[in-house]
Amino acid sequence: MQLLISNTKEEPIYLQIVHQIKEQIIRRTLAEGEPLPSIRSLAKELNISVITTKRAYDELEKEGFIVTVPGKGSFVAPINHAVMREAKLKMVEEKLAEAVIQAKYAGLSLEELTEMLRIIYEEE
Amino acid sequence: MEKILELNQVTKRYDSFELNIDHLTLERGYIMGFIGPNGAGKSTTIKLIMNLVKKDGGKIRLFGLDHVENELAIKERIGFVYDHFPFYDELTADEMKNMIRPFYRRWDEDLFQQYVRNFDLPIKKRIKHFSKGMKMKLALAIALSHHAELLIMDEPTSGLDPLIRRELLEVLQALMEDEKKAVFFSTHITSDLDRVADYITMIDRGRILFSMPKDDLLENYRLVKGSHEILDKMDPALLVGVKRHRFGFEALSNDKKAIQRQLGDAVLLEKPTLEEVMIFSIAGREQNVLSH
Repeated sequence: MQLLISNTKEEPIYLQIVHQIKEQIIRRTLAEGEPLPSIRSLAKELNISVITTKRAYDELEKEGFIVTVPGKGSFVAPINHAVMREAKLKMVEEKLAEAVIQAKYAGLSLEELTEMLRIIYEEE
Repeated sequence: MEKILELNQVTKRYDSFELNIDHLTLERGYIMGFIGPNGAGKSTTIKLIMNLVKKDGGKIRLFGLDHVENELAIKERIGFVYDHFPFYDELTADEMKNMIRPFYRRWDEDLFQQYVRNFDLPIKKRIKHFSKGMKMKLALAIALSHHAELLIMDEPTSGLDPLIRRELLEVLQALMEDEKKAVFFSTHITSDLDRVADYITMIDRGRILFSMPKDDLLENYRLVKGSHEILDKMDPALLVGVKRHRFGFEALSNDKKAIQRQLGDAVLLEKPTLEEVMIFSIAGREQNVLSH
């Protein structure tokens, strides 16, 4: 597992952890059933508060990405294809939203942007 | 869950200073940073907790026990580190440890030796030849070697260089892997707490200004910067510690969402450091006196 935390980003640290772990689960670099570090050892490693790591795990659990077994720790949850697809769509949506903001800033019309998207899509 | 530390309606009056703590609690498993300017009452509060100074009123409980009735039993379970260390300069570190050791029934010599190795302490050297950082590490090694459940530290990092401060913070975090322990840590070097603290309690002029999870603080508080026109139209209740300069203003707000709703992009919002939260909160208290 890889986590890179920034203290200066506007995004709260717990959400940075949520997003990065989610992304690794979606990309399958974190496999189903794989154990995650305990909230206390993760806090120690990253030099952050236990409350932050706990909140991140709570959120991941709520969204169905990890499961916590009392006394045993937290694990990557069995893959739920509906959840997974939902998450992937959301990731695309977020990136597109960013692109739209940039496009508006640059004064592009919807047609120009769609055209650009079509070219990039076909090239990739 | 049982609170490891609990203060209720605690008062202490001196001729020129009055401490009034309505309510303050800490749970096991967490680090609380206790911040405030010099003279705010940080050391007095810690001395009251340790019963080194008698309180005038109120209740202080540690591990659920009254701190006066059960003083000895409680102190066995506390590790205490203060800003100046009560060591005898002429003794070696080893001799000093041997003097202190009999006071603790749960003393763990192996654990002490382990800390000595980790901290690179020259145990055979006289304490008068120790640097300030080495003295702090010796105090910490002693405080941690009797299986204390609560570590209370009064300005442990003052006068230490950043490397040693970081080392200390790492020791504290390693300690917190045991969720039964807790740390109560006063400091005016707030950058020590920006990362590791779970809770931040701020005291000013003998009163608690706030006590909350650090994450909530950093999520809701924002530095607000903008033009004079905006400041004049704004709801003053949203801002604390407004500083007006020739080209605009800077202030602190504890309600990021309200500011975003009302002003959107018209102002610049930045995540504050704890130091900025402290400075602006205190500036806010003096707002009526100061004129910018």
